[in-house]
Amino acid sequence: MSLPASQGGVLLEAIRLQCERGHRRLFEGLSFRLEARQCMHIVGDNGAGKTSLLRILCGLLQPTAGEVRWCGCGIRQARDEYGADLVYVGHLNGVKDDLTAAENVHVWAAIAGLRAGANAVAQALDLLAIDRFAHWRAGQLSQGQKRRIALARLALGAMARVWILDEPFTALDWRGVEILNRLIERHIGQGGAVVLTTHQTWQPPVPVTRLQLGTEAAVA
Amino acid sequence: MIRTLLAVARRDLLLAVRQRGDVANVLLFFVIVVTMVPLGVGPDKETLRAIAPGVVWVAALLSAILSLGRMFALDYADGTLEQILLSSQPLSLAVLGKIAAHWLVTGAPITALSFLLAAMFDMAAAPSATLAASLLLGTPSLSLIGAIGAALTLGLRGAGVLVTLLVLPLYVPVLVFGAGAVDASAGGLSPASHLMLLGGLSLAAAALAPWAIAAALRISVE
Repeated sequence: MSLPASQGGVLLEAIRLQCERGHRRLFEGLSFRLEARQCMHIVGDNGAGKTSLLRILCGLLQPTAGEVRWCGCGIRQARDEYGADLVYVGHLNGVKDDLTAAENVHVWAAIAGLRAGANAVAQALDLLAIDRFAHWRAGQLSQGQKRRIALARLALGAMARVWILDEPFTALDWRGVEILNRLIERHIGQGGAVVLTTHQTWQPPVPVTRLQLGTEAAVA
Repeated sequence: MIRTLLAVARRDLLLAVRQRGDVANVLLFFVIVVTMVPLGVGPDKETLRAIAPGVVWVAALLSAILSLGRMFALDYADGTLEQILLSSQPLSLAVLGKIAAHWLVTGAPITALSFLLAAMFDMAAAPSATLAASLLLGTPSLSLIGAIGAALTLGLRGAGVLVTLLVLPLYVPVLVFGAGAVDASAGGLSPASHLMLLGGLSLAAAALAPWAIAAALRISVE
């Protein structure tokens, strides 16, 4: 499947998004664009709506108003095609404890519709420096190692241009943080785009656009 | 596209093998319920032969409901469900793969066990064969319809009771035709019409349920 050309470099466009969770209005009238080679860092206090915003961008959550467009098409209409252009790493790792690290990555690729052979899986695990544990059951690994299994998807989903990452650095040690930074840098260099949130004092490997949620939703 | 269906089915089967205990629970429940009945009802052969179809079918229904709790809840809890939702492949196919795996570890063994259990109720050969055939044709409906209930109640508190309330009324036609087929066979009539209706229900469920389940999952994950 070939992916559509981004409209003038714009991969994602949020149009007047409004989100209400539990009778609280988290944000309204939020509009922004995500272009190729752009890294957007969403900041805000706990409860400001960062995770909700990311899930709205993925299509997992419906905004109470507004819409998200991907390459000009609404994501609800072009759901499957958007899915091919997106990799999401959320709070939950999406890793099965009873499958090995390699099996987890392989199964994810197969379900996502990617053709990833054993070599590709091994390479992805190697990039995340958990190739030693490829045949260990995920349930026997630490939180940080499971996070790396989840992040191995980024090393695999070569075609996907949009990365949406919710606190991806959680549980990673300094080496893991470095690896992820390099992955983000490479992805941006290859024309991709990244939207992420992270509470930690993160040294971005590339220039970032900051989007502040909370009392004033504004794009810097 | 078929690759996704097979990938999900294969994954679920692999997990079932590695989590044998959970799968065995459901089958054990089925066997225990069915074996308890002759103990409670007494050894009169006529009575046993008469109640056998209903008992086995009700036990199959209850076992199916028991197994629904695991269907989507585990994937929901560890985040694999949202990854399936974000796949570039149609969700209804992934759902079909999941249900196929579910049937292979619940409906199929129940059908296989029914031969042994029929012997316990002193059923003749023809009704036993009809019982197995009715279960073979009817248990897919149980998995498919049950999955709708499981998807709708995903993540809700008290989901177990809710699923039962939602799904049992929809199971009633399957129960009626399933037990009815065996009764007809025991009475010397042909069970063909009952079996064909059962098969039709399963095919209709296979055609319609995946869409409903996909929609329900998207709502439940929000």
